[in-house]
Amino acid sequence: MGATSWGFKKSLWVFHLNAGACNNCDIEVLDCLTPRFDIERFGMKLVGSVKHADVLLVSGFVSRKVLPDVIETYEQAPKPVAVVALGACGCTGGIFRDGYNFAGPVDKVIPVDAYIPGCPPRPEAIIDGIVKLMGKL
Amino acid sequence: MSTIIPIGPFHPVLEEPEYIQLYVDGETVEKAEIDLGRIHRGMELLAQEKTFDQDVFLVERICGICSASHSWAASLAMEDIVGVGPTDRARYLRTIVHELERLHSHMLWVGLAGHILGYWTVFMWGWKYREPVLDALEMITGNRQNYAWYKAGGVRRDVADDIWPEVVKIIDEFDKNNDILIGAFLDDPVIHGRLKGVGVLTKEEAIHYGCLGPTARGSGVDIDVRRDHDYGAYSEVDWNVITQPEGDCMAVSVVRLLEMKEACKIIKQCIAKLPGGPIATEIREFPRGEGIGHIEAPRGESFHFIRSNGTNMPERHKMRAPTFLNIPSFRPRVKGETISDAVLIFAIIDPCYSCTERMAVLDPTGQSLMTGKDLIKLSHEKTEKLKREY
Ligand code: SF4
Repeated sequence: MGATSWGFKKSLWVFHLNAGACNNCDIEVLDCLTPRFDIERFGMKLVGSVKHADVLLVSGFVSRKVLPDVIETYEQAPKPVAVVALGACGCTGGIFRDGYNFAGPVDKVIPVDAYIPGCPPRPEAIIDGIVKLMGKL
Repeated sequence: MSTIIPIGPFHPVLEEPEYIQLYVDGETVEKAEIDLGRIHRGMELLAQEKTFDQDVFLVERICGICSASHSWAASLAMEDIVGVGPTDRARYLRTIVHELERLHSHMLWVGLAGHILGYWTVFMWGWKYREPVLDALEMITGNRQNYAWYKAGGVRRDVADDIWPEVVKIIDEFDKNNDILIGAFLDDPVIHGRLKGVGVLTKEEAIHYGCLGPTARGSGVDIDVRRDHDYGAYSEVDWNVITQPEGDCMAVSVVRLLEMKEACKIIKQCIAKLPGGPIATEIREFPRGEGIGHIEAPRGESFHFIRSNGTNMPERHKMRAPTFLNIPSFRPRVKGETISDAVLIFAIIDPCYSCTERMAVLDPTGQSLMTGKDLIKLSHEKTEKLKREY
């Protein structure tokens, strides 16, 4: 087992990046932290800087204004980093894909490892997605 | 000489990507600038490309927390065009879901305020109390958020009557927990220390900036669309508009906490009085015309204007969310406060930036392409053109 896969085995630290979401996905991410869902039992937590993160969780449809920030954030993340596209918006652009300010979806901008669809995905779905991702890494 | 402190665009205390610059002298904030536009999705144009029925689903996604508010306001505007009202049962069902949304939105804010204050316990407890409300919403509408519940003429699905006892139980439990929280808020010296006298917005300033919702009511401005413009079932139940005169962060928090008690009262009365009958008036087509709809969202008045040209798509759909008017009030609030309070002051209006994004500036070279005057001229020309066409 290499150092990298060992590092991915437990306690993933997640940085959440809102690239133009309607808030619902973000609320559900925060919800994962709270007593009912308590994602910390998997050793996961949200961190304040992408430099501490193993997982980059991107929600939202990626607007043209936020596009350079998303790329820069991805470049700043210590590699390897797993990228998760969250919500219908993150996966495909969802209901906003015909908008003029649409520069995404996420996988067009940065490489994505896992998709969690739903509008918004339930906290259970988010936890399930990230735990599955853990098994894959 | 002032130093600039940047906050954002991706900052742990901000839910949404926005960029705040604090101009500070020592520890005192002199001025704050805010740069928005990262969540601009071109909603109004998208709305013109969807049918009236699809439109409601779109406006629901303006903001995750106000899904019910926006879709209700849009439905009201559509009903205004056609000239029919919802059925009685629909009015009550709509009111119940909307007040449940207020509960979860205010509780979410209380949690986030705790998070910003560094009071992690309040965050965890607040969000724990909020979960059952989402369960109630799921029981009634089928979804935790983005309910897909409103439509022009009424609501989309009927509810089996046997779920109401369970909902009432959830509300009673919530009310009890809210009392604990109110007690804790009003007694806790730490919360008092952080909120009392911080970020004062006087009544004159609140009126001057056109503040809405709890932000205005916390400064003693007595406005509430639910009372002032009759819609839903609000005139048939007994409840009070909460105002506080002080205008500081504490007052706004107290308004929100007490409003949750009122919302519980409204929901319980609506459930007790819920009439039977059909859940929606049938609307076959939308005639040419204009309609407006406004409702009291958790953050203030949400306003929708729709113009129809007789086809099945709106010709113009204009939306205005409360945060649009509340955001500028941070200017007088933040002046002279310390850096540690600045983020709290930004959060006190319960900002929802995704509601507010009006445009995105992609070329930040600082050259203005159009002045205010040019824009007004453009707008006048457009109006003249439309007048000639009709
Ligand atoms: S997927 Fe749905 S809930 Fe999530 S940001 Fe997009 S519109 Fe909002």
